[in-house]
Amino acid sequence: MKLESAEAMSMASRHPEAVPKEELVRFEGVSKSFGALQAVHGVSLSVAEGEFITLVGPSGCGKSTLLNMTAGLFEPTEGRVTYRGELVRPYNRKVGYMTQSDHLLHWRTVERNIAVPLEIARMPRPQIRARVEELLELVGLAGFGASYPGELSGGMRKRCALARLLAYDPETLLFDEPFAALDAQLRLKMQMEIRRIVAKLNKTVLFVTHDLDEAVALADRCVVFAGRPGTIKEVLDIPLPRERDLFGIRHNADYVGMTARLWDEMAPAAAQCGG
Amino acid sequence: MMILSRFAILAALLAFWEIASGRLIQEYLVSKPSKIAETFLDWVMDGSIFFHAGITAIEALAGFVLGALAGMVLGMVLGRAERLAELLNPFIMAFYSIPKIALAPLFIIWFGIGIEMKILLTGTIVFFLVFLNTYTGVRSVSPELINILRLMGANEGDALRKVVLPSAIVWVFTGLRLSVPYAMIGAIVGEMIAANRGLGYLLSHASSQFNTAGVFAALAAIIAMSVLMNTAVSVLAHAAMPWEKARQNREIAI
Repeated sequence: MKLESAEAMSMASRHPEAVPKEELVRFEGVSKSFGALQAVHGVSLSVAEGEFITLVGPSGCGKSTLLNMTAGLFEPTEGRVTYRGELVRPYNRKVGYMTQSDHLLHWRTVERNIAVPLEIARMPRPQIRARVEELLELVGLAGFGASYPGELSGGMRKRCALARLLAYDPETLLFDEPFAALDAQLRLKMQMEIRRIVAKLNKTVLFVTHDLDEAVALADRCVVFAGRPGTIKEVLDIPLPRERDLFGIRHNADYVGMTARLWDEMAPAAAQCGG
Repeated sequence: MMILSRFAILAALLAFWEIASGRLIQEYLVSKPSKIAETFLDWVMDGSIFFHAGITAIEALAGFVLGALAGMVLGMVLGRAERLAELLNPFIMAFYSIPKIALAPLFIIWFGIGIEMKILLTGTIVFFLVFLNTYTGVRSVSPELINILRLMGANEGDALRKVVLPSAIVWVFTGLRLSVPYAMIGAIVGEMIAANRGLGYLLSHASSQFNTAGVFAALAAIIAMSVLMNTAVSVLAHAAMPWEKARQNREIAI
């Protein structure tokens, strides 16, 4: 009986579309130009609540542009971007954004960095302290609250930025190559943390990367971009269980097959984009 | 160890000076340390050095504070108001390009030869240094960071208080640190042009009487005051920016 239900659960998680979930973000024929340069062309994509989507493609193919439009930092030149059915307007506060640069306030300690969104929300001090303590624990920074970012290693700074991002509990997390600057081991560790935390807090994620392994390892669905302007080449369902061991996954046949396929797809696109 | 070595170098220089004076170089050109010390002590004894140094200190400090405050405020305002900055840019650059000392005659007509004129001269010099640094600091705040805060729900006030002002502080202090020697220039040159008191006056007065020892004694007093002001700004900077110290303690990764 127990076994059966576990099986059913894992089946459900293998096929997220089998369980009807509310649509969160929707791109409808979205194009975006900056002057004469077209960054994105004719992108349509629907993101369901709780999905982990990776956007992969060579640098400069408009992936970040889609994140910026989801955040409402600017509007598409053509098409619509909606969030929960409503047109996205400047500063979509339902989302949190984390970029390659951690953007910590180096004049504030780790604690006070994490407290920034809580201060903005005018949360009372004792509550802020409790919440920050909880977040430090969650991202594995307990005991480093009083340090300045300048004293921390790259990985710890990422953890701090992540804690700050989670502090105000945004529904959707936008990541723009957050771990690009980390070494391979640290990146793997942070990837595991992200999967764990996102699953625990049931967040929806749009994660931009140019690392093909990362794109497959993290995703429920992987959106492959090509060309200049950026267009969606393919959307891949990643047939890996929701609870996955990112370390052991390297030997998983599905994983190996998916990454190999991505490699083959990306080779011509990479040549086209020319870095 | 470092301090001992420095004292050794200083002692060697002074000893060479003392011996060379009157033997290798004519004494009226370079005086000698013992005579300079004597003159300095005389001024300390009759209190005149404190009087003159006090005048110069007031001028330099008042000019420094006024110029720095004006520079900070205008730098912050123009740093945030892009259009206004663009509009005023040619005027600011034109004013900036004047050697500030050349304004001294005008300030004398306006304020006479009292300390007001030196304060204004010093203030004008310091203003530009602090203004330009603050402006650059405010403009260099990452728009990405501001956007991240906006997504957290921050309004313009939050962004200003939490990001713009603190990140501009580093630049403000760079401006302040640069300003210290210039504040001294303003005060001293102002006194040399027109005054009957202050270290600049002491200096030019000694010079006009071919009192070389007096000139060097006045220079020593000026150096002492500059060092004091520099130290004060450094102490202030450390107190205002504790994170900078944390950063220095970290090993460098290139």
